[in-house]
Amino acid sequence: MDLGPQLMLASLDGAVGAAVLALTALGLSLVFGVMRVVNVAHGEFFMLGAMIAWFVASNIAGHPAIGFVGALIIAPLLVGAIAASADWLILKRLDYEPEATIVATIGLLYILQQGALVTFGPVAQAVEAPFNHRIEIPWFEGSNVGWGLFTTSYKLFVIAAAITILLAVWLLLSRTKMGLVMRATQLDRETAQAFGIPVEKVYALTFGFGAALAALSAVLIVPIQQADYLMGGDPLLLSFIVVIIGGLGSLRGTLIAALLIGMSDGIISVFFTPTLAKIIATLVVAMVLVFRPQGLFGAKAQ
Amino acid sequence: MRVDRALILHLAVIALLFAMQYVMSPYHQGNLARILVLATYATGYNILFGYTGLLSLGHALFFAAGMYGAGMTMRYWDFPAIAAFPTGIIAATALAFLIGTLALRTTGVAFMIVTLMFAQAGFLTLLYFNEYTRGDEGFVLPQADRAIGMIDLSADDTRFIAAWVIFSVGLLIALAIVRSKAGRVLIAIRENEERTRMLGFNPFPYKLGAVVVSGAFAGAAGAAYALLFGSVGASFASIQYSIEPLLFVLLGGAGVVLGPLVGSILIFYLIDYAREITTAYLIVVGVALVLLILFARKGVLGSIRRRTDGWLP
Repeated sequence: MDLGPQLMLASLDGAVGAAVLALTALGLSLVFGVMRVVNVAHGEFFMLGAMIAWFVASNIAGHPAIGFVGALIIAPLLVGAIAASADWLILKRLDYEPEATIVATIGLLYILQQGALVTFGPVAQAVEAPFNHRIEIPWFEGSNVGWGLFTTSYKLFVIAAAITILLAVWLLLSRTKMGLVMRATQLDRETAQAFGIPVEKVYALTFGFGAALAALSAVLIVPIQQADYLMGGDPLLLSFIVVIIGGLGSLRGTLIAALLIGMSDGIISVFFTPTLAKIIATLVVAMVLVFRPQGLFGAKAQ
Repeated sequence: MRVDRALILHLAVIALLFAMQYVMSPYHQGNLARILVLATYATGYNILFGYTGLLSLGHALFFAAGMYGAGMTMRYWDFPAIAAFPTGIIAATALAFLIGTLALRTTGVAFMIVTLMFAQAGFLTLLYFNEYTRGDEGFVLPQADRAIGMIDLSADDTRFIAAWVIFSVGLLIALAIVRSKAGRVLIAIRENEERTRMLGFNPFPYKLGAVVVSGAFAGAAGAAYALLFGSVGASFASIQYSIEPLLFVLLGGAGVVLGPLVGSILIFYLIDYAREITTAYLIVVGVALVLLILFARKGVLGSIRRRTDGWLP
């Protein structure tokens, strides 16, 4: 295949990756922004979302779309509930002390991962897409057909769904009482408490909400990618990269960085191996934290 | 070093470990050799985390640097074991100096993430150069090469003694460091960095020193692991090997010289036991981390020290 069509396919796959990554990273960023908690177990919430999606889809009979819609509702709710109770049982008792919470979420990572191994088994599972039409992409240059370029309707749906969810989250944060309460807690925990905001409940809700976003993006991607209990590593690493490059706690920076990294991850893989791309990305992140801790797009640290 | 009950206690522990080989079955002797190598790794980590208060999530990088520094020179340049071992330590020490210089520009959570990212980059690099490192499946050092002079390091009893020597030397160095004047500055930095600065100490060289010393310990343990057990692979650079010393130190007692040894023994046998029951044996690591951080921050020896007027260094 020529470079042109190949790049076009890569950017389309990149867009799918970027859309899902934006959702996952938004969850991590929200938790860090509001609670100042670095959630190392975030990738495991993603993994749980995917595994639960498979479990639900394979246990609901009938058209694959029914199972998929079921998974789309059940997985985020269940994962959100698990995360909120983990916050209530563990993180709250640590008083959200930064270093202790990281150690605790590392522990949580192992518990969730190994728990999934016991519950769902070690085999990678596939979920059938609710619809999967082949869409030819016309490529005008030289002869008009014969490139065999195509995408699927499901991939386009993932991009559209992710954009819709991102808009919904933005509306939730900027237009609703819940969003207002969350932003108030983020700005100043003590003052928020003094004004009668139940900070502990807001924290549990935020932690659950962040995990639910990871689970939701996992449900979206699982018909394209398979689900297994070790899949949490990559989304965790990529979300970390996005959140740090975008500036810790800055939602707008997170979105820009997710787009940048998701797209370039797809396109760079055309030229380099994925491993080299990941090495470069992790080194860039480390250097950003060392020399520009507020992120590339973030404002000066408070 | 002044001779007092603390030194006598540590020498007694070293003697006790040596005597263990006469009462243990070969299986447990092999386990203890492995534990002593890992405990050496954790003893160095304790100087950084337990005494200086810096929590690194990337020490597997230095462990792997020691392992590959020794393993690669033996495999490609035919280094004898006696030269490969210090090469591994030097590689890890140099890397620790470089990473420490960069990472110490950050503090707290950022320090944890930066060290994690550097280690992850190192892990991926080992996989990327798979042609040379055999990172994904690892490689085995031939038994004939794993010898110093006439001493075969792969035989059960000599291997145990080699591991015991490395651990004992490491333990005494650690004891000397934490009881020295520099060691007291490290503790001061852990308790209050600003106040230490105000007392006229520049914390940076001390913190860098702690990173480098812990890196050298990790490198020695990694090189010893390659020589004694023969296996070299990228999995030793993975995040799990960065978490392990943290877990050993937390369980045994952060800021107690003997803590990492106690932690290593307990976790090793706990995992060994869990492995017989379930494939998901790593859940032990998760549960232990959560319980320790929630209920027992001081660890086993830390809690004991509180009852003994704190003479335990």
